[in-house]
Amino acid sequence: MTLDMAKKGQKIFIKKINDEKIKVQAIRLGIYEGAKVDCSLKIPFGPVILSNRMQEIAVGRTLARKIEIDVIKEGA
Amino acid sequence: MDCCSGIKIDIPKGHKKLVLAGNPNVGKSVFFNALTGMYVDVSNFPGTTVDVSHGKFQDYVVLDTPGVYGVSSFNDEERVARDVILYGDVILNVVDALHLERDLFLTLQIIDMGKPVIVALNMMDDVERNGIKIDIDKLSRLLGVPVIPTVAVKGKGLEEVKNNIKNAKVGIIDDKIKGYFKEYKDKVEHQSEALMLLEDDEATSERLNINTLGKREEIYRLRRERVDKIVESVIIKEGKGNRLRQKISSLTLNPLSGIPILILVLYLIFKVIGVWVAGDVVGVTEETIMVGYYEPFIRKIILNLFSENSFMYRLLAGEFGILTLTPTYVIGLLTPLVIAFYFFMSIMEDSGYLPRIAALVDRVLSFFGLNGRAIIPIILGFGCITMATITTRLLGTKREKIIATILLGFTIPCSAQLGVIAGMIAPLGMKYILIYAFTILIVFALTGTILNKTLPGESSELFIDLPPMRLPKLSNVLKKTWTKTVMFLKEATPLFALGALIITLLEESNIIYKIQDMFKPITESFLRLPKETANAFIMGIIRRDFGAAGLTELSLTPEQTVVALVTITLFVPCIASIIVIFKERSKKEATLIWLGSFILAFLVGGILSFLIV
Repeated sequence: MTLDMAKKGQKIFIKKINDEKIKVQAIRLGIYEGAKVDCSLKIPFGPVILSNRMQEIAVGRTLARKIEIDVIKEGA
Repeated sequence: MDCCSGIKIDIPKGHKKLVLAGNPNVGKSVFFNALTGMYVDVSNFPGTTVDVSHGKFQDYVVLDTPGVYGVSSFNDEERVARDVILYGDVILNVVDALHLERDLFLTLQIIDMGKPVIVALNMMDDVERNGIKIDIDKLSRLLGVPVIPTVAVKGKGLEEVKNNIKNAKVGIIDDKIKGYFKEYKDKVEHQSEALMLLEDDEATSERLNINTLGKREEIYRLRRERVDKIVESVIIKEGKGNRLRQKISSLTLNPLSGIPILILVLYLIFKVIGVWVAGDVVGVTEETIMVGYYEPFIRKIILNLFSENSFMYRLLAGEFGILTLTPTYVIGLLTPLVIAFYFFMSIMEDSGYLPRIAALVDRVLSFFGLNGRAIIPIILGFGCITMATITTRLLGTKREKIIATILLGFTIPCSAQLGVIAGMIAPLGMKYILIYAFTILIVFALTGTILNKTLPGESSELFIDLPPMRLPKLSNVLKKTWTKTVMFLKEATPLFALGALIITLLEESNIIYKIQDMFKPITESFLRLPKETANAFIMGIIRRDFGAAGLTELSLTPEQTVVALVTITLFVPCIASIIVIFKERSKKEATLIWLGSFILAFLVGGILSFLIV
C-alpha cells in the first residue's frame, strides 16, 4: 500500500520512495527506505503528517501516493 | 583569502573564519549576537533573498549562515550555506537537542568535511521539560568533537561555548566515506570540496570541472544510519513530548479548528496592517512627514538650481519626481507596510505556525498547481506585490514561480490599493462588497486552474519539516524584520526611481495622452464607465492605488464603482512590480503577464458590467 492510505495513529514502515528528488532530501529528515515512523495526523484530502520522535513532517497527498509502506502497528 | 563565492566580506590577515551552522530555528542568531556583540554587517547574496550576517569575535570573523538541514544545492538557503561552510576554518554547529535525529545529519556532514567543529547542544531546557535525558559525554565521544549543553535564550552555556571555540576538533569521519575520499585526494584542495563531489553536488562539480560518481544516496544513507545509531545510544531516557505544544500543533493542522484559527490570525494581521499601519501610521509618514515637510523642502532646493518650467525640475521634483515621488513612496508608504508585513511573517515563521499554514492550505493550492509553501508569497502579496514577487524565488519549480507570479500580478490587491478600495466600497454596503470579493476570488481560482491545466511540466510537492510550536523571541523577530526590510528596500528603491523616470518621460513626450485616447472606447462602451475613468487606469499603470484613488474623483453609481474597482484590481501590477517581474522572469513571460492583465481586467470588468450595470 501507499502512504496516502495510512491512518492516523498507525506505525508504518517505509518500503520505497518513488521520487528521486524527494528521496535524498527525505533521508536528511529521517524519512528513508527502511525507516519506521508514525502517522500522527491526516489533513482531510491534504497532507499526511509523519512523526519520528519529536520530528514532524508534512507530506503532500500526491507525493504520499508515491511512497510505498507497510503498516507495522495499528493505531490505538 | 577566498571566501564564499558571490559575497564580498573582508577577512583581515591572521583572522580565521568561524562559521555558525545549524538547522532552521535552532537559535543560531542568539549565539551570533553573543559572539559578535553590536557590530554586525549584513550582506545579501546576489540573486537570492538570503542574507549572511558577519561580525568579529577575538581574532575570528564570525559568519552566520541560513538554517539548513544539510549542505547541498536544493534551494537558495543551502547554496548560500554551502558556499560559506565549505571554506570556514572553524564551525560552531548549533544543534536542537530535542531534534537530534534531524540535526545530527548536518553535524555529521560537517564533520565528514574534516572541519574543526564544536557543537552547542541547545534548548536543553526543552529536553528537561520533556523528561528526556541525553548522555552528552557519550555524544561528544561518538562525534569526536566537544559538545556543550546550552539554553541560549537564557544565556546558559554561552560563556562555555565562547571559551571552547579554540578547542574545536576535527571529528570522527565515517570510515567508508573516508575510503571514498581517495578518489579525489589529488584533485581538490579541500576535503570539504571532495565531500561535495562525493555527494554529487552539481555546483561544486561544475566549478571544479570534476565529474561526480552518483554516490549521494549511498553516502546520505550511511550518514543517516550513523545518526540513528548515535541517537539510539545517547538517549538515556525517552520523554513523552510536550502535551500542550502537540495539542496546539494538531489544532492548527486540523481543518475544523485550523481554518477558524487561520481566519482569526489573518483578520488580526489585516486589522493591524490594513487599518492601523496603512491608515494611521502611513497618514503620518506619507502625508505629514514626506508630503508635508520633505517634498516642499526638496522642491525649494531644486528650485535654486532649475526653473519651475524646466524639464530637469519636473524630472527631479515634479509630480513623479525622482527626488519627490520615489522617496515619498518608498519611505512614507512602503517602509511602514513592509516592516509590518515582515514583522508578522517573522512571528509566524519563528513560532512554527507558517509551515503549518502551508500544510493546511496545501490541498487547496494544489488545484492551482502550487503547493502549500506558495501561501507565503500570496500572504505577502496583500502587503506589496513587488515584495511578494521577489519571494516567489522560494518556490520549487519554474512552473510554480510563473503561476504564483501571475496570480499575484493579476488578482491580489496590495495593501496600498486595498486601503483605497476599502474606503470606496465599504459605504456601499455588504452586497457590493460581496460582489467585489466574489469576482476577484473566482478570477483567482479560474486563473490558477487554467494555468495548472495548460502550463507544461509538473509542480513540486509539499515535503516540509514542521518545527515545534515555540514562543518567538522578540529580538530575533525584530532582527529578521529589519534585515528583510533593508534587503527589500535596497532591491526595490532603484526600481521605483526607474518607474518614476519612465512616467515622466512618457508625459514629457505626450505619449501618455495618446494612451489615454486609446483607452476611451473600452472604458465608455465596454465597461459602461465615464470616459475620465481612463485617467485612473493610466495612473494604475504606475501605482495600483493611484489608479484606485483616481476613481474617487469620479461620480459613479454603486454598480459602476464595483465594476471600476474590479477592473482596477485585476489591472496591470504597478510599475515597480512589473520591473521586478521582468527581472525574475524572462522578457517574454513578463510581457505576456503585463499584456494579459490588461485583457483580463477589461474582459472581467466588461462581463461584470454586462451583468450588473
